[in-house]
Amino acid sequence: MLAADNLALMRGHKMVLELVSIKLEPGQITTICGPNGAGKSSLLLGLAGLLNPAVGEVSLEGKKLSGLEPRKRAQHLGYLPQSGDVAWDVAVEALVALGRLPHGDLGWDAIEAAISALSLDELRHRRVSNLSGGERARVLLARVLAGEPQWILADEPLAALDLAHQLALASHFKACARKGQGVVLVLHDLALAMNHSDRVLVLKDGRLIADGAPQDALSQKMIATAWGVKGQWIGEEGARALVVS
Amino acid sequence: MINRATFVFGALLLVLLPLSLLAGRVWIDPFASSGGPANATLILMELRLPRAVLAVIVGAGLGAAGAAMQGYLRNPLADPGLFGIAPMAALGAVASFWFAAVLPGAIAAWALPAFALIGAGLAMALLALIAGRSASDGAGGAGGGIALFTLAGLMIASLAGALTAFAITTAPNAFAMSEIVMWLNGALTDRSWREVWIAAPLVALGIIALLMAGRSLNALTLGEDVARSLGVSPTRLLWLLVVGVGLCVGAGVAVAGIIGFVGLIVPHLVRPFTDRLPASLILPSALAGACLVLFADSAVRILPLVTELRLGIALSLIGAPFFLWLLLRMRAGRL
Repeated sequence: MLAADNLALMRGHKMVLELVSIKLEPGQITTICGPNGAGKSSLLLGLAGLLNPAVGEVSLEGKKLSGLEPRKRAQHLGYLPQSGDVAWDVAVEALVALGRLPHGDLGWDAIEAAISALSLDELRHRRVSNLSGGERARVLLARVLAGEPQWILADEPLAALDLAHQLALASHFKACARKGQGVVLVLHDLALAMNHSDRVLVLKDGRLIADGAPQDALSQKMIATAWGVKGQWIGEEGARALVVS
Repeated sequence: MINRATFVFGALLLVLLPLSLLAGRVWIDPFASSGGPANATLILMELRLPRAVLAVIVGAGLGAAGAAMQGYLRNPLADPGLFGIAPMAALGAVASFWFAAVLPGAIAAWALPAFALIGAGLAMALLALIAGRSASDGAGGAGGGIALFTLAGLMIASLAGALTAFAITTAPNAFAMSEIVMWLNGALTDRSWREVWIAAPLVALGIIALLMAGRSLNALTLGEDVARSLGVSPTRLLWLLVVGVGLCVGAGVAVAGIIGFVGLIVPHLVRPFTDRLPASLILPSALAGACLVLFADSAVRILPLVTELRLGIALSLIGAPFFLWLLLRMRAGRL
């Protein structure tokens, strides 16, 4: 279990998250939603142990993250940032292999498994600069999977993708959750959050204002409170769309 | 760590080294039955061999430092000069010209390298002081991290540059002034085994520190946050970089003056032979740097000029157009 207990986070001199307490279960997709500046990315960084708490604590299986050695923490928590920035034009295989750094071994089995899970076999020798946006997103996720983390924490992993690639990547996250990994996503698109999450957290101005099943946390009333817009869900469960008026 | 590029540039160095020993104002024919010029052994053992070994050491340090800096700053246009260590070492050396007159002869001979190393050490201490404040492991980029650090390096460099210019303009006499200016344009002329023994251990330690940073530099390929999420400690990385670059560049300046552009050019020559990750570049860049400085130093020896072209000037003449070419290539999106 990955838990935040009374967690408050600062960036510079600004409080970006105020006293949030949550307990996240593995085997689920938990999505963090909220308007711009609500503190979504900060909460994700906090849960990944990359932003020191100003107050409170994040713990993994009951152990404080701040007390864990960085490499140990890295073996359990895989972080996928919003920017798909890759400084050097390396081949796909070398990039995926970077995911093994926390383990200090190359672990080719894990690298192979990650490559095949994201259907990258044919691209493995291709350079990053020659990949399409969708391919690049898959490669970057494969890098996280190669580290075999218990938890995958991804910031807007679907944002820059077209519809087909969004669905494909979302199904990869589902597969991870089915295998028992904990998946925490920051998503802007409420329809994706509604259709692909097991649990949704809604943040506003650094506070947690809703936490529950998608249909409860993203109810019309909550959307009005958090985003200030009138929205209505249409369609079947698992394939809902939000109509905003 | 030992890859194709290591073999390529290692082999090139093995070819260049003996050739460099033969080349100079006096050409030594290894196959001559009479043994060539009467003082061939003296020229070889006391002039050319230490000079060639020193070229290898200085070039290796600059090449490795360049590869590490490009990896650290995630920028193919980065140069070890950006940390401000070379200008500070030069400032130290320039200061030694001031004190040379008042120091006893035996100490005066060691003053220049010692002062240069003190300058480099001072730059490293300043950087570490700034780094200690900026590169906290859990700050989430709040401290400004690498960007702030680079600016700090530039600040140190420009401060050292200004003080060096001040020292030149207020030099005690015209002779001292010309000595300083000559020295600032690095060279390996008239160096002896003494300089080799000063530089070799320091550069070796520096390269070891940079090699130790390799895995962390690889992780930085994906940005600072991802590197930390992969277990990299920014503070440890920064220390390794400051110590590694400091020793490599500081020792180089102490024995050879300022030799620019090697750290910038060499990683680009090496990159096509590797998987392009920073760790794969460090050792081959050391070898390629050794090749480049050795080649350039041999070239300035045999160029038919009235006085020998200074090595630092020669490398800048090669380096500046190369830099321009890099910029154009980068603009065309081919880098």
